[in-house]
Amino acid sequence: MKIAVCVKRVPDSETRVKIASDGKSLDEAGVKFILNPYDEFAVEEALRRREHAGAGEVVIVSLGPPAAQETIRTALAMGADRGILLQADRVPADGLEVARALGAELKAGAYDLVLFGKMAIDDYNHQVGPMVAELLDLPCVTAIAHLEIAGGKGTAEREIEGGVEVVEFRLPAVLTTDKGLNEPRYPALKGIMAAKKKPLEVKPTALGAGSLEVLALSPPPQRKDGRVVGEGSAAVPELLRLLRDEAKVL
Amino acid sequence: MNDVLAVLEQRERTLRKVSNEVVTGARRLADALGQGGGGARVDALVIAAGTVAGADQLGGFGADKVITLTNPAFGHYAPEGHARVIADRAKAGGYGAVVFAASATGRDLAPRVAARLGVPLAQDITDIAVEGGAVTVVHPVYAGRALLKLKLTARPAIVSLRPNVFTAVQRPRAGSAETAAVDAPVGRVVVTGIKHAAAGALDVAEAAIVISGGRGLREPANFKLLEQLAAAFGGRAAVGASRAVVDAGWRAHADQVGQTGKTVSPTLYIAVGISGAIQHLAGMRTSKVIVAINKDRDAPIFKVADYGVVGDLFEVVPKLTEEIKKLHG
Repeated sequence: MKIAVCVKRVPDSETRVKIASDGKSLDEAGVKFILNPYDEFAVEEALRRREHAGAGEVVIVSLGPPAAQETIRTALAMGADRGILLQADRVPADGLEVARALGAELKAGAYDLVLFGKMAIDDYNHQVGPMVAELLDLPCVTAIAHLEIAGGKGTAEREIEGGVEVVEFRLPAVLTTDKGLNEPRYPALKGIMAAKKKPLEVKPTALGAGSLEVLALSPPPQRKDGRVVGEGSAAVPELLRLLRDEAKVL
Repeated sequence: MNDVLAVLEQRERTLRKVSNEVVTGARRLADALGQGGGGARVDALVIAAGTVAGADQLGGFGADKVITLTNPAFGHYAPEGHARVIADRAKAGGYGAVVFAASATGRDLAPRVAARLGVPLAQDITDIAVEGGAVTVVHPVYAGRALLKLKLTARPAIVSLRPNVFTAVQRPRAGSAETAAVDAPVGRVVVTGIKHAAAGALDVAEAAIVISGGRGLREPANFKLLEQLAAAFGGRAAVGASRAVVDAGWRAHADQVGQTGKTVSPTLYIAVGISGAIQHLAGMRTSKVIVAINKDRDAPIFKVADYGVVGDLFEVVPKLTEEIKKLHG
C-alpha cells in the first residue's frame, strides 16, 4: 500500500503569541516549531498500515518554507520512507490554494491512501484534506478516530455531536485523523539517525494569490478581570446571586 | 448576488438546534449585504429523506424561504450527495454567501462545497460583517490566543459559524416553503449508522451550560457530582473534561474541552478542579461567563474566570447543586 501523509510545520501550542509589526502575522522570533500534533496521528496510522501489510511506502508531503524540511525529518524519524517539500515562502490563509498545490503533487503519486491531520493547531482551518479529496475526486472521511481497511474498502468512525458516525468508503481515499485513532510513537535515536539519510525532495512551488485576504491578526479581547467570590461552600449563595443578577445567566 | 443560503442540519428528520443559529447568522449577513440597496433574502436549505420537523419554524429566525430537498439516500449524512446538492443549489441560486454550522457535519461539508465551487472557506468563525461590499469574518487562531480577520473576495463567500456564538434571535419573516425530490449520486462514502451516546446526553460543543472536571476530581466516580449539578440545570448542561482526565481514561474523548478536544462557547462554563493549562483555555475562553472552583488560589484558571470560588470542590459543588435545585424548584 502506498500512503501519502500531508503534514504541516506549526508553532508549538505552548508558544507565546506575539504579533508581527505588519499586524497581520505571527512574530516568529524565538518561536519553536513542531510537527502539527493532529498530523502525528496520520503518520502513525500510515506506519501501522505499512507494518501490518509488511510492504508499502509512506511518503511525507508538506507545503511550507525551507525550515519545513525539519518537520518532514521528524516524520521520517518516526519511520516514514521519504519526503517531498513543496517549498513556498509562505503558506496562504486560503486553504483552497494549499489544497490545489498539494493536489497537483498527490495526483501523480497513485496513492492508495492520502492522510491528513483533521486540522492544524495554528490556523484551525479544518479544510485542506476534504478540499484535496474534492479536487482529486476521491472519497473522503474526516476526523476519524477508528479505522479498519480490508480488500479495497474501509470502515471509519468519526465523532459527531452526541454519538459516533460509522462510515464505509472505497479506496483510494483521503482520510483526516482525530485524536483517539492511535498513540503516535516517539522517534527513537536510531530513527532520527536514519532519517538524516532518507530522500527528501524539495520542489519550489508557486501558489495562487487566493481569494482570502488577511486584514489583521490581533490579540483576543481581554476578559474582564475576574474576582474570587469567596472561599468554600459559604461562597455559593453570593456566586449564585452574581450569576443571576450581574451576569444574568441563570 | 446578495442572497444568503443557510445550510441547516437535521438528524432523524428533526432539525438540530444549531440550525437556528445558522439562520440567525445568515439573516445578519443578508441584512448587511443588502444594505447597499434592494435587500437580500435568506434561503434555508434542509437536506433529508423526507419532511423535517421544525423546518416550518425557521421563518421565525429570519428565513424568507425554507427549501427541503429530499432523497431516500439522505436518511443519514451523505457527504458526497450533500456536497453536490448544495453546490448545485448555490450555483443555480447565484447566492452571495453560503453559511454552515461549524459542527461535525458542517466542518466536513463546507470544504467540499467550497472546493466544488472553487472559492475559499472561512471555517469556525466567531464574527461576520460586510465592509466595502466584501464579507469579512473573525476566526480564532493559535489556540484562541489571537483573532484573524479575513476578507473573502470571491462569491459566494463560504463560512461556517462556531456553535453557540451566533445566539439564535427571533426575526420573524413570512417564510415560504418549497419541497422537492432530488437525485443523489451513488456515494463512495456511506454513513451506515450512528452509535449514540447515552440518551439525552447533550454534546459539550452545543450545550448552553458546560460543567467540566479535571484532576481535582481525584477519581472517575466523582464525576457523579458534576453530573448531578448538570441535572440540576434541567437538561441544559453537559459535563466536559480536561485533557488530563481524558488521557487517564476517566472520561470519553468526546467530552474533552481544549486544544485536542472541543472548542466550546456556552453561556456559562464551570471549571471544577481544573488548573487551566493553555491547552484547556484554548477550548473554553470564548465562553460568555466562566466560573472556576479550585482549591489552589494561584491556579491559572482564576485569571480567566469571571467568578472564582477557592475551596474544596467536594463541599462547594454539592452546595451549588442544592442551591441550583432550589432555584429551579
